[in-house]
Amino acid sequence: MPELEIVTSRPRARWTLPRWQTLGGTALSLGLLLLFNLVATPHFVSLQTLYVNLTQVTTIVIVAVGMTMVIATGGIDLSVGSLMAISGALAPLIFARGLLGVGPAPLADALAFLVPVLVAMLFGAFNGWLVARFRIQPIVATLVLFIAGRGIAQVMTNGNLQAFHNDAFHVLGLGRVLGVPVQVWLMAAIVGVATWVVGRTLYGRQLLAVGGNEAAARLAGLPVGRIKILVYAVSGLLSGIAGLIVIAINSSSDANLVGLGMELDAIAAVAVGGTALTGGRASIVGTLLGALIIQLLRYTLLSHGIPDAAALVVKAAVILAAVYVQQVRRAP
Amino acid sequence: MTDDILLSMTGIAKSFSGVAALKEASLTVARGEVLALIGQNGAGKSTLIKVLTGALMRDRGIVRFEGAPVAFRTPHEAQAGGIATIYQEINLVPLRSVAENIFLGREPRRWGLIDWRRMHSQAAELLAQFDVHVDVRQPLGQFNTATQQMVAIARALDQQARLVVMDEPTSSLDDREVALLFDVIRSLKARGIGVIFVSHRLDELYAVCDRVTVMRDGMTVADQPMASIGKLELVAAMLGRSLEEVRAFGATGFDEDVPARAAKLLEVSGLRSAPRVASVDLDVHAGEIVGLAGLLGSGRTETARVIFGADRAQAGTIRIGGDEVRFAGVADAIRAGLGFCSEDRKTEGIVPDMSVRDNLTLALMPQLTRHGVIDQARQRAIVDRLIQRLGIRLASPDQKIRELSGGNQQKVLLARWLCLAPKLLILDEPTRGIDVAAKAEIQGLIRELARDGLGVLMISSELEELTEGCHRVSVLRDGRSVAAFDHAQASEHAIMTAMAHGPVEPAVSHAGA
Repeated sequence: MPELEIVTSRPRARWTLPRWQTLGGTALSLGLLLLFNLVATPHFVSLQTLYVNLTQVTTIVIVAVGMTMVIATGGIDLSVGSLMAISGALAPLIFARGLLGVGPAPLADALAFLVPVLVAMLFGAFNGWLVARFRIQPIVATLVLFIAGRGIAQVMTNGNLQAFHNDAFHVLGLGRVLGVPVQVWLMAAIVGVATWVVGRTLYGRQLLAVGGNEAAARLAGLPVGRIKILVYAVSGLLSGIAGLIVIAINSSSDANLVGLGMELDAIAAVAVGGTALTGGRASIVGTLLGALIIQLLRYTLLSHGIPDAAALVVKAAVILAAVYVQQVRRAP
Repeated sequence: MTDDILLSMTGIAKSFSGVAALKEASLTVARGEVLALIGQNGAGKSTLIKVLTGALMRDRGIVRFEGAPVAFRTPHEAQAGGIATIYQEINLVPLRSVAENIFLGREPRRWGLIDWRRMHSQAAELLAQFDVHVDVRQPLGQFNTATQQMVAIARALDQQARLVVMDEPTSSLDDREVALLFDVIRSLKARGIGVIFVSHRLDELYAVCDRVTVMRDGMTVADQPMASIGKLELVAAMLGRSLEEVRAFGATGFDEDVPARAAKLLEVSGLRSAPRVASVDLDVHAGEIVGLAGLLGSGRTETARVIFGADRAQAGTIRIGGDEVRFAGVADAIRAGLGFCSEDRKTEGIVPDMSVRDNLTLALMPQLTRHGVIDQARQRAIVDRLIQRLGIRLASPDQKIRELSGGNQQKVLLARWLCLAPKLLILDEPTRGIDVAAKAEIQGLIRELARDGLGVLMISSELEELTEGCHRVSVLRDGRSVAAFDHAQASEHAIMTAMAHGPVEPAVSHAGA
């Protein structure tokens, strides 16, 4: 057995691309896509275009960062879209209807940001608890809230669209700092912190160890259960933030629509970004690039008059191609 | 030799992106001959076998099978051509029945449907030839490795194989099962079927092989009748060293005295953990290597896991340094100064995609952090020191651990515990599947560590390792401690008798009882 491994792994060592090159592949695709647009898309080079694209991609990136970490442990989180809906439904209830007994005031605004995010995090922790404590397969465990979560959001709002005007949320949705949209700053900060956590902290290393070989991690004394619960909680927290951004942009909250299909967009971004769905690896920057590719692809198709429906097919083709490339690279 | 030659491979060369794995390899097998193929890790045995079985294409060289030149392009072609390969990790379908596995793809049919009755009776018949009597309707996965191997062999024979290649078939078998496998090999031989037998265990080669081919650095360096070559010469040929050097390597000689009764590190009594551990008594002193012997399924690994806090004990006591402990989990055991290297490096040891550096410090890492952030300078210093101390051969500590050889992976796993400065190390088959040189190094290292005061509990299936590498040997049988020997009493015969039959006369009291 070990014999077999050595003989094959020697040549394989030469075939495996170093990590920057793997990332380089994703970056190259993004570059080509940009180049194509520079040449073929009219009015592509404008701040307007940049901000449209960035604004649309922010929520995907934020959720996909959490998803990358969950996937690195060998899990998956299907509940992210529903958790966005819960957080999105909760915020207007707090600042507009005084759900927590405080009327429109700075305190209510602060609670309207904090409480939904914390609630989403707790739901995420619940996912993690199911996975860690009862060893339920992550796809099944998070399916629970995927289904129930949106229901909870709809019950909270009676299924009604909640339109609102709130200055604090207006800033989050449409404000700019140094000319750059606020949510883009937020996204950049989250990507930066997550990259640092995965690369430099104890938690990041333990995350990868659990995903890379759970039995080995257990025998090395790692608190596997706690690590997993935390990672789902982080995913929930990031979903909560993404939910707030969505309602802030729209100045309204619709429990039926907030975060709909987000889980698949996020998983797609992770896959295109080069993080193996089998766990043990996490490339946050790859995920960022993956999300940008998917977004830019959709923009390119739309700006060339190809309908959104067809764009979905192209999106699927890109995911398939990305996963295929990974498979080829990993084959012995 | 004569026209009895079944297979001849000559001048085989194979390179992987410019690196030669095989340079000038050759090999012949006669009908009814059992050929031992040996060599260190990386010598090219596996590559040669893959070339033979069509898993790899050769760059140069001639392969003749039954007199005609052949070039199999896929393992399937080789199988159809009469060459069957039995891997240690069996490539059958564990959830399907034994009979289905034997006839997979060639099920006997009747009116277009599978003729289950005929399939079951034929399968039972085939297996009966090897003295294997099992319910062939049960899923294959329920049976032990030995039975699964027999099923693989039966499948090969039913496909009219004329040559059977066995790649380390015995590494997960216990002695009884090995004996059974050897009987099967002898019966293959009697039918004129050629066998290529790859193994790291020299004793086995002498038991069953007619001739031996030794490979080193991609070349065939020796080809002799088994009877005409001694063990030491074999080792020398594999290592490319002179006989004197091999002797100096310490193939024998463990004349260290049992350390003057130092503090009792570990004391286990009446340990029970159903279903495998019934009643185990053990003790280990500081600076002592205690061997834990027993057949597969005797509860050795399970005992180790309970001591390490990975599984729960239902009864009995464990004392560490005199104080009774009840570990709630592995983390508690580690805090108490224990370390445990699992027998299965691949599934329970390494994190394959992580760097050597992170793998080595996996258990230590919490102590290397400041506010949750890893102190990389300190990590690097510790890793570098251990790599040097243990002689781990690698390109860079940032290399992924899966790219290392088995022996070096094992050293990294040892280092994972050593950097915690443990008091007691539990090693489960620390030298399994590792080439001769690395094995000697690891054994030497374990001794050195013990000399420095570390207590070692070593599970091993190799009698030589137990008789020569341990201060004391404790024997388990069906989950019970049945005997304990001092170094002087621990003969291979005594240990085997205890493993097979239980306590021996004169009755030896349990260690620590």
